[in-house]
Amino acid sequence: MIKFILIRLLQAVPVLFTVVLVTFFIIRQAPGGPFDSEKAVSPYVLEKLNERYQLNDPVHVQFGNYLVDIIQGDFGPSFTYPTRSVSEMIFTGLPVTFELAINALLVALLIGIAAGLIAAIKKNTAADYVSMSTAMIGICMPSFLLGPILILVFGIYLEWLPVSGWGYSDGDKILPSITLGAAYAAYIARLTRGGMLEVLGQDYVRTARAKGLAEHVIIFKHTLKAGLLPVVSFLGPAIAGLLSGSFVIETIFQIPGLGRFYVDAAFNRDYTMIMGTTIFFSVLIVAFNLLSDIIAVMLNPRLSYNEEQM
Amino acid sequence: MVTNVRITCVKPRERGDKILSRGDWLICLCLLFFTACKPMISNVDKAIDEQILHFGNGAEPQSLDPHLATGLPESHILQALLEGLVGVHPQTLAPVPGAAKSWDVSADLTEYTFHLQPNGRWSNGDLVRAQDFVYAWRRLLTPSVASEYSYQLHVLKNAEAFNKGDISDFSKVGVKALDDLTLQVTLRAPTPYFLSMLSHSSTFPVHQGTIETFGEMDDRGNLWTRAGNYVGNGPFVLTEWALNRIIRVEPNAHYWDAKTVKLNEIRFYPISNITTEERMFRSGTLHVTNELPKEKIAPYKTKQPDRLRIDPYLGTYFYRFNTNKKPLDDVRVRRALAMSIDRQQLVTAVLKGGQIPAYNYTPPNTLGYTPEAKLVFDIEKAKQLLTEAGYPNGEGLPPIEILYNTSESHRKVAVAIQQMWKINLGVDVAIFNQDWKSYLSTINNANYSIARAGWIGDYVDPNTFLNVFLTGGGNNRTGFANSEYDKFIQLASTATNQTERYAYFQQAEAILVDQVPIIPIYTYTRVFLKHPSVQGWYANVLDRHPYKHVYLATPATTPSEATHD
Repeated sequence: MIKFILIRLLQAVPVLFTVVLVTFFIIRQAPGGPFDSEKAVSPYVLEKLNERYQLNDPVHVQFGNYLVDIIQGDFGPSFTYPTRSVSEMIFTGLPVTFELAINALLVALLIGIAAGLIAAIKKNTAADYVSMSTAMIGICMPSFLLGPILILVFGIYLEWLPVSGWGYSDGDKILPSITLGAAYAAYIARLTRGGMLEVLGQDYVRTARAKGLAEHVIIFKHTLKAGLLPVVSFLGPAIAGLLSGSFVIETIFQIPGLGRFYVDAAFNRDYTMIMGTTIFFSVLIVAFNLLSDIIAVMLNPRLSYNEEQM
Repeated sequence: MVTNVRITCVKPRERGDKILSRGDWLICLCLLFFTACKPMISNVDKAIDEQILHFGNGAEPQSLDPHLATGLPESHILQALLEGLVGVHPQTLAPVPGAAKSWDVSADLTEYTFHLQPNGRWSNGDLVRAQDFVYAWRRLLTPSVASEYSYQLHVLKNAEAFNKGDISDFSKVGVKALDDLTLQVTLRAPTPYFLSMLSHSSTFPVHQGTIETFGEMDDRGNLWTRAGNYVGNGPFVLTEWALNRIIRVEPNAHYWDAKTVKLNEIRFYPISNITTEERMFRSGTLHVTNELPKEKIAPYKTKQPDRLRIDPYLGTYFYRFNTNKKPLDDVRVRRALAMSIDRQQLVTAVLKGGQIPAYNYTPPNTLGYTPEAKLVFDIEKAKQLLTEAGYPNGEGLPPIEILYNTSESHRKVAVAIQQMWKINLGVDVAIFNQDWKSYLSTINNANYSIARAGWIGDYVDPNTFLNVFLTGGGNNRTGFANSEYDKFIQLASTATNQTERYAYFQQAEAILVDQVPIIPIYTYTRVFLKHPSVQGWYANVLDRHPYKHVYLATPATTPSEATHD
């Protein structure tokens, strides 16, 4: 197991380096610079700004300096927000984005697994069709549509829940968590149904039923763990997706998370901020994929056997 | 509603029965949870008692350092935290005492002597001194600070030279503290709008001791602007700055005019998405929005007209021509295109926000100046001009594209104009959009043929508009170069009385209308939402609302407010 983790960690190094390299050069290819503004900036002011942020150096020199800085953990100051460092902005937005992702994941797991179980157990009945059609709609319905619908119903017409904010008034975390979790809930429901059906069709389940075991014992004690394997391997990408994909939710619900910084940075040509957030998200995605692989190996002995061959 | 839920303690007989009950339980719990939520008490409901103004402020401020800030969101907050020498009257925008109690102007209009408020205090209790202004203005003009708004003070003697690094002795620049409470300013030429410029946040003072406690004077990353560190001389002090979340300000007890301040707090919300902002307004989270989505104008007009504000705004929406690019280097082609846009239809059918069709560049009645020269809407004449230029019915016309920065509203305007040119002249133009920074890069490099643009006045004077099109001006971006035009603007800057000045501006404006480097399209309006409980907030063309006059009260008490719509 340790060897497996070490190998995967070593593989991550070239991946991350490539991400840094490609992003660094690509963002500089985008037209317009961080200091272009509607009101023209005088050439001598622009010169001073470029000098200050070392944008006058040749690009390869800039890249070299940048690598040295990030190895020391210094992501530099944001170009758009001169008094903020990139690290400060990431660590301000991160807890919010993380909490949102976790809440959304809980929503997704709760609804998804329940719906998937019902569908699997009541296979080819109305309950199955209803939950799976709902899941299909959930997968297809974009969050920028679901979010405003929930806001209109629960926030504006019923006045039950706040329409915006995060941790500012009671209950303002509910709608964003549901909105973000919904698509994943739908996906998890389908994965659960598939996984459970496969397991429920196996011989040992028939044996258990023949022995007269109660259905809930069969489901929860003997099949759920194996049936949820597809869900577990989906968790890594799901968390990474929830973390990096929360931009739309953050915008709709006015949540001060990392996603908004990321997208704004791209539009503002805030080079250091784009780099910082890209690297950060890359690390997260690599880490969560690794984590879910490890959990999958732990849950499924057949996978750990393969580890020896890696 | 609980009646149809099976009770789970009954031993299940059928396979899967119990699981289903759990599902039902889940739904039941959710329903219970939601029905337990009572209608909330919103920010706006509580606000009259609390006197807290909830303000939708567009984007997250880039900086609260007046020398680094460039945008409107920053300016909205700086107007609360700092105060310039002169303020503005909330209705007329006329200069009123700010940090200066009074001022004298020399006969030749080049020397101003400001007498500071004797009880003017910083939020830490220090006296606001003339030296603070000297320090602040030196900082604004210091080349290594690289302030993008430093040009605001170029009207001072030698300021531009100091800013460019040509001279390094700041004592040569036209600002001097005669004593703690007297500031003498020498201008390079008479500048009738000088006082008006002083209400711009870039000219506000900063507290030297505070800046130097937290870093070097020219350190752009100086942390003096954080809540807790910030020392200002404005009516409010910064109490919280949570990134991308909220900025809170509370009254400054040391402010010289503290008795006028009625609000207990202002909360600025950085909301970049205008649809989100409108929903927050509707749910009672905000008193004032920064903008309003176009499609919401009509519903508010019919259902809640008392919340919809359409205020005049000192800005012109126009299209730039690249006058160096064929076929737009031919003034007849430019004129033909400019004459065949039905602006009236555009504002009533497409924009619907009370905009005024613009047939010339400077907005009407800018400090009493209304341009006389006018473009006309004359399709026949336009066709004739096009034929004269060698393109009858648009035949043989080299390809033309309209560039706009990505936005639904700019797209609608571009599509409408594209149609008008097609129908009226038979001219085919393409339209395309780019994201903001790409668009800026494209127009700065003159890679366009026609590009959407806008100009918002910094101060109320025709000069803020007309000096844009000086030959080689950084904001010109059309390639338009006309020595006659330059001459008139120059003459206006040395004119000693307003009538003479305006006469020069009229002549310059006539050249713009004749040479059409741009197509003026409409004069902006500010379309936003404001809750009726917000009082002491008046429509004005600079969208300035000195917060010390703003308060919250039940609308019935001041019916006069309605007259401003």
